[in-house]
Amino acid sequence: MTVRIAKSSILSMLPVKLLVAVLLAVASPSYGELVIRVTQGNDQPTKIAIAPIAMGGIQSSEDISAIVEADLARSGLFAPMERRDMLAFPSSASEVYYRDWRLLGAEYLVAGNMRAISEGRYQIEFSLLNVSGQKTVLTHKVSGTSSQMRDLAHLISDKVYEEITGIRGAFSTRLAYVTATRINDVYTYRLNVADADGAREKLVLESGEPIMSPAWSANGKELAYVSFETGRPAIFRQNLVTAQREQLTNFTGLNGAPSWSPDGKKMALVLSKDGNPELYLLDLQTKKFSRLTRHFAIDTEPTWMPDGKHLLFTSDRGGTPQIYKLNIASKATERLTFSGNYNARPSLAPDGRTMAMVHRQRDTFHIASFDLKTGRMIELTETRLDESPTVAPNGAMLMYATKQGDRGVLAAVSLDAGVRYVLPSSSGDVREPAWSPFLR
Amino acid sequence: MKTSFIKSGLSTLLLAALLTGCSSNPVVEEQQTSTDIEDTSVQTGQVDTSAIDDAAVEVMTADTVFYFDFDKALLKPESRAALLEHSASLQNSPRNVRLEGHADERGTREYNMALGERRANAVKEFLVLQGVSPGLIEVISYGEERAAAYGSNDDAWGLNRRVELK
Repeated sequence: MTVRIAKSSILSMLPVKLLVAVLLAVASPSYGELVIRVTQGNDQPTKIAIAPIAMGGIQSSEDISAIVEADLARSGLFAPMERRDMLAFPSSASEVYYRDWRLLGAEYLVAGNMRAISEGRYQIEFSLLNVSGQKTVLTHKVSGTSSQMRDLAHLISDKVYEEITGIRGAFSTRLAYVTATRINDVYTYRLNVADADGAREKLVLESGEPIMSPAWSANGKELAYVSFETGRPAIFRQNLVTAQREQLTNFTGLNGAPSWSPDGKKMALVLSKDGNPELYLLDLQTKKFSRLTRHFAIDTEPTWMPDGKHLLFTSDRGGTPQIYKLNIASKATERLTFSGNYNARPSLAPDGRTMAMVHRQRDTFHIASFDLKTGRMIELTETRLDESPTVAPNGAMLMYATKQGDRGVLAAVSLDAGVRYVLPSSSGDVREPAWSPFLR
Repeated sequence: MKTSFIKSGLSTLLLAALLTGCSSNPVVEEQQTSTDIEDTSVQTGQVDTSAIDDAAVEVMTADTVFYFDFDKALLKPESRAALLEHSASLQNSPRNVRLEGHADERGTREYNMALGERRANAVKEFLVLQGVSPGLIEVISYGEERAAAYGSNDDAWGLNRRVELK
């Protein structure tokens, strides 16, 4: 399919564009990235000007510079300049009068231009300029088709963000999440994938029975999830490009909480076929299951440590749900959390040290971070009924599910709690976000 | 029980970025880089629900829903009379039943799956203790995925922490 569309003419690209328009109109009338509300930002965000990309007469439905502005603003670390305040729209470094931008207060400036490089393919060359230093700090080229303008914009954001902060940008990543609607007692569950800014929502699976616990493969090409489509919970894996899917478990009782190993070869999951929920390891090549825990309590929600040798999981073996660490080889377990009577659903930052979890405090459920080295816990959210934390692959932000009124929505908070934003839901309850790994 | 399936031709396209030089002023510090975009298009999967049968509906006079306390799976005394009726009925005229365990929305989803199962197992154990054949009883947990009552308050939560006998 990819090759067929890639080779097709501009004319035959039209239906694709139409479909994009229809999907946006139907699935997300409020168009994700434009309506994200940054409710709290960094105290001293970097002032940056993103000059409109000079399009050279090329028509595009996407405003690339506006997407870059929204990306950088959403990170909380940048304050993009209003376009109407700009004195000029330079298309390259050679057209920049540094003095003007300095007077306007911009610390950085992005200037770029687009040109067609072959039939249906376009290239943007852009430069990042340090205004006070009066120098170009980065020049980069990105190219793609007319349907990839958003991808190109996110790539520009990634480059600019990394150059200035020293942290790899995660604007080109994706989110998986579940939505649920109930109309006249008819349930519809949908597993979706969208860009990290909520745009370009794409349906992965739709069912009248529950869908739960989406988990990305390490290479970002597959999702594992729990689907009740057989009348019982079962774990499936699904390739996002081919839509090919495979049922991995079909045991009596719970089949849940899949978590892909960092090397992609194994999956940690939960089965209760032996009478109560236990952690198992599934070898995805041999299809063999090996049991990891042996306890009459609830053991669930395994997540891998980056070393591939340990799992964190939730257990109520101590009387209340708490986070434990399991050595896969020795099966030795160690309790990690002691503060509070409900700590569950661990999610690790890529540093392998900062853990996000659900923490109950005075009858409300917040997202908290927990330092595995020092044991220090920080409450990151102030709303109630917060759940399903998932950390971005660059470790800067985490996404979680919360409630606005009676509706489930996704929200994000930085791991230092300094930056927050909400992704408003287009329809139904939105829940169980899973942030993809880096995709390129 | 209706399950639908949507397939869309929307696809992200494969491309390769060109690596070329940039015109430069010698004073200017410059990096020459470029980036490839891989094919990461997303296709929609298909659900096959032919395996799902609607459970036969039987008229029961006894309560078929049993409620629980938060994070607990202990049967309440008020559930006892109805469960005794069910166990007598299941022994007199054996049929397959399904115990669906549920949790309220508080707490994490997979933990609530485990909690729902624990509650359904508590009901199953009671019935088996009364003499019902364990082979007649299927236990399934829906966790917090199928609320009976909507709203984030004690009343709704109390109605949702339940086991339904079907």
